[in-house]
This record gives sequence, C-alpha cells and structure tokens, in this order.
Amino acid sequence: MIFDWLSSLIGNEIIAGIICACLPLFLFILPFALVAVLMERKVSAHMQDRLGPMRTGYHGIIQTIADILKLFQKEDIMSNEVDKPLFNIAPVLTFIGSYAAFAAIPFTSNFIGTKLDLGIVYILGVSSFGVVSILMAGWSSNNKYSLLGAMRSAAQLVSYEIPTFLVVVTLITVTGTTSLLNLSEMQTGHFWNWMILGGPGLNLTKFLLIPFMIVGAVIVFISTLAEVNRTPFDVPEADSELVAGYYTEYSGMKFAMFFLAEYANMFAVSAIVSALFFGGYQSPFGYLGNLLGVSWLVPFEQLFWFTLKGCLFVFVQMWLRWTLPRLRVDQLMTLCWKYLIPFAFANLLIVGLLVVL
Amino acid sequence: MIKQYFLNTWSGIWTVLVGMKITFKHLFTPSVTIQYPDVKVELPERSRNRLYVNMDDCIGCDQCARACPVSCIEIETVKSVPGDEVGKTSNGKKKALWVTKFNIDFAKCCCCQLCVFPCPTECIKMTSIYEFSEFERDNLLYNFATLTPAEVDEKKDSYAKLEAEKAAQKAAAAAEPKPVAAPAPEKPKEESSNN
Repeated sequence: MIFDWLSSLIGNEIIAGIICACLPLFLFILPFALVAVLMERKVSAHMQDRLGPMRTGYHGIIQTIADILKLFQKEDIMSNEVDKPLFNIAPVLTFIGSYAAFAAIPFTSNFIGTKLDLGIVYILGVSSFGVVSILMAGWSSNNKYSLLGAMRSAAQLVSYEIPTFLVVVTLITVTGTTSLLNLSEMQTGHFWNWMILGGPGLNLTKFLLIPFMIVGAVIVFISTLAEVNRTPFDVPEADSELVAGYYTEYSGMKFAMFFLAEYANMFAVSAIVSALFFGGYQSPFGYLGNLLGVSWLVPFEQLFWFTLKGCLFVFVQMWLRWTLPRLRVDQLMTLCWKYLIPFAFANLLIVGLLVVL
Repeated sequence: MIKQYFLNTWSGIWTVLVGMKITFKHLFTPSVTIQYPDVKVELPERSRNRLYVNMDDCIGCDQCARACPVSCIEIETVKSVPGDEVGKTSNGKKKALWVTKFNIDFAKCCCCQLCVFPCPTECIKMTSIYEFSEFERDNLLYNFATLTPAEVDEKKDSYAKLEAEKAAQKAAAAAEPKPVAAPAPEKPKEESSNN
C-alpha cells in the first residue's frame, strides 16, 4: 500500500496521508483532464468531419494547457446579487464530491486510496454529494437559468441513483463483496473471468448469468452517464436552452473547477463500470510481468489496463454525446422510472434466483 | 402492451446503436476543414477583390471615377505643357495629362467592378488579393499616383505659367483690331500642344 510505504518512509502519518491524498490528483486527475478535454474536442471534431484544434502544437496537443493558462488569467466575475459564501463554496464542493470517489477506486492492486470494505457503497454515497453542490451553485447564482438547471439536476441525479444501486446490489449478490479491490481481484486471470461474462469459475451458473450481466452493465453505464450530466442526459447544463445551466454565472478558475470535476466524474464513473463488470485493473490476457518473472512490472501493467479501460469508457461517453440529441425532462424521467428501474429490478430478481440455485 | 414495452426498449437500444455506427464512420472520414491561412481556396474566375491601377497606362480620363457608385475613386489631373514627356500607353498612344492624384478608398469600395469596364486603356482591374484589412481606416486609402508632391507642384506651376501666357496672348489679341477671328486659331494650337 502506498500509504504504509510513505508513512514508513517519512515517519509521519499525517504528512504521508496528505501526500497520499494528493497523489491521484496530481498523478492522475489533472493529466487525465488535460488529455480528456483535448480528446473530447478532437473526437467531437472528427465525428463532425472537422479537425478540431490544430494550431497550438502538433495537431493542437497543447491546446488544453493554453486554455488553462487563459482561465488562470481571467477575472473572477461575481454579480452583486449572488449569495457569496454559497457561490464560492459550490465549485470546491463539486470537486470534493468527485475527488472523494477516487479514494476508493483501485488503480492497481497496490495503489488504492483506502482499502474500504464498503468501497462501492461509499463511492455511490459521495457521488450524490454532487447534487448538493449543484443545487448550491444554482441557487446562489440568483439566476433563473442556473436555478432551473440545478432543479433539473437534482431530480435527475436522485432518480438515476436507483438503477445504479440496483445493479450494484445485483453484483453484490453474485460476488458477495462490496469492496472494489476484492471485486477486481476476483476477476483476475483472463477476460472470461470478468463479471460481464459471468464472473470467475466455470459452471452452469456462469453461462446463465452472462445475458443478465450484459443487461446490468448497460443499465449501470446509462445511469452513471446520467449521473455525470453528460449528453444525452445533460438537461442540467443544456447549452441551447439554459445557457450553461448551474454554472452560467461562474467564470475563471471557479468555472475551471466545475469543468475539472466533470472530467474527474467522467473518469470515476468509467472506472466504476470497468471495476464492476470489466475486471477493473486486471489485464484481459494475463500479465507480461508474471510471464517474465519480474513482479514489479505487474502494477504498472495494471495501471495501464485500468487507464485504458477508463479511457475507453470515457470515449464511449463522448461518442454517445456526439451521437444522441438531448432528452426532454419527461423523457429522462420515463427512461429512468419506466425502463431502467423495472429492468434493473427484474435483473436483480433473476440473478438472485440463479445465484440461490 | 407488454409486447409494445419490450419493442420500445429494443428499438431504443437499436436506434442508439445505429446512430453510433454512423458517428463512428464519420470519425474516420477525412475532414472538410480548410486550414485557412496555410491553405487557401482557389478563387473563382472573375472574382472581384481589390483594385489595381497600372499608372503607366492611365491617361487620367476620369471615367472610372464617374462610373463608381460609391465615389471611392478620386482623380486629379493637370494638363501637360508643350515639351513635356508624359509617356505613352501600352497601346502606343501619347498621354496628355499628368495624373497628380489617383486615390482609391477601399473602405468605401464595394468591389462592383463598374470602374473596370469604362476604362479605355484597361489599366484599372481586379486582382485576387482579398487580405488587406487594416487597423486604421485611413490606411485603406490607396494612393496610386506616381508623381511626388514636388513634381505635382512643378507640373501645376508650369501649366499655370502656360495659362498665364495664353491669357496674355488673348489680352493682346483682344487689344488688336481682329477680335472675332482671334480665338479660332488658338484652339487647334492648344490641342496640338496637348497632344
């Protein structure tokens, strides 16, 4: 564990804890956000037969850095009528909400913020933290568009947590663990041990589980997509109707905070989907390190696979964004309450029966 | 009812997959973007952009300025005096006027090309230059006249001298007993000197 190693190195648990807490931010979230923003722009551009940023660096690769420099220089505009304390806290709180989720995400078998036994429950808990900050931002902005966005967001996030949790409960009935580390550890070996293909072991139950696991994976992907407010579920920040939704009034670094939180959330959600159904940090083909007998290579391979899977799901999220139009608010609720929840419930019942049998 | 529900679910998933297939295809189609300052679209034939005046051919006839609907061309000329070498146009005709001022204000110019057609020597014409924006509006006033201000003053002086001489002659002629016939020989003389 990184924390134990650091505390033995430094000899002070508090400093080690702080360093440990900053590691995913500086090693992972910031570089990821840099890459993901550029990726989003490039993917969207190429899907529309455009080129995207081309002029800063080779094919615009340092565009995001230029954007961040620009955001640093921006004036922090605050209108007179805003509720100042709430307005200032909201962006930080959003980021805390999405960052807290990273504490329980296993990047490799060695690198995990805390070995929580209730990892997945904890992640779902802190991710609903976002609702509070979004409502806070919307309310304190004193702007009708912000408030509308915030209200929509609250309704959406509260609704879509239900199918997510139902699918997670389904997985808990199959695996009997709520720790993401154990869950990932179970799916070791090859890709046929992944939960999407019925989990480890080779028996009849595994093959019977496969279709229900696929349904579960689709449901959890859709509902987590809705939880991070991405298109087609971006009614809270619908650009074309609500200006920018709950962060209309924000500028400069506070705006960047919301942006960073959004991308951190995208990755967190992708990481959860991959940890639940696609083996988390496990390699689909076994490890080169084990094959060659160099065990120190294994964590790096795991990090590679974890990042790759995460980026793949982030790509699918972007892909969906540039494919689907935005849902109306009533359609959003219809999808959740009339389709996802019944399917998730039926899935839970059937999987439960299969596991008991 | 139940059947419709499952059909809805299926069509929902299926249509999303169809859409994703289309966008995925577009991910690999070559983009249509033209990287403007690096790559430029070839202008169509007869496109109208900035004007250019070939002052070697300009005879100062003022027809372009009169044709201009927005009065963006300003021409001033001075007649040459006998003995002046104004030069020849490219089709071999001798020029008669010093063009002391030929200004085109591209802030006003609407690129209608109406000035191009009346030009007898085809010296005013459209170029393919369209990138000539300026920070100051005054910089859009293009001066095509080739004479320096000193030269312009000199030409004006010499013409004024000629006029004065003529006026003196005229006065002398008027003083003489033949007042009616006097202006008649004057005119051809003036023309010949101009040519």
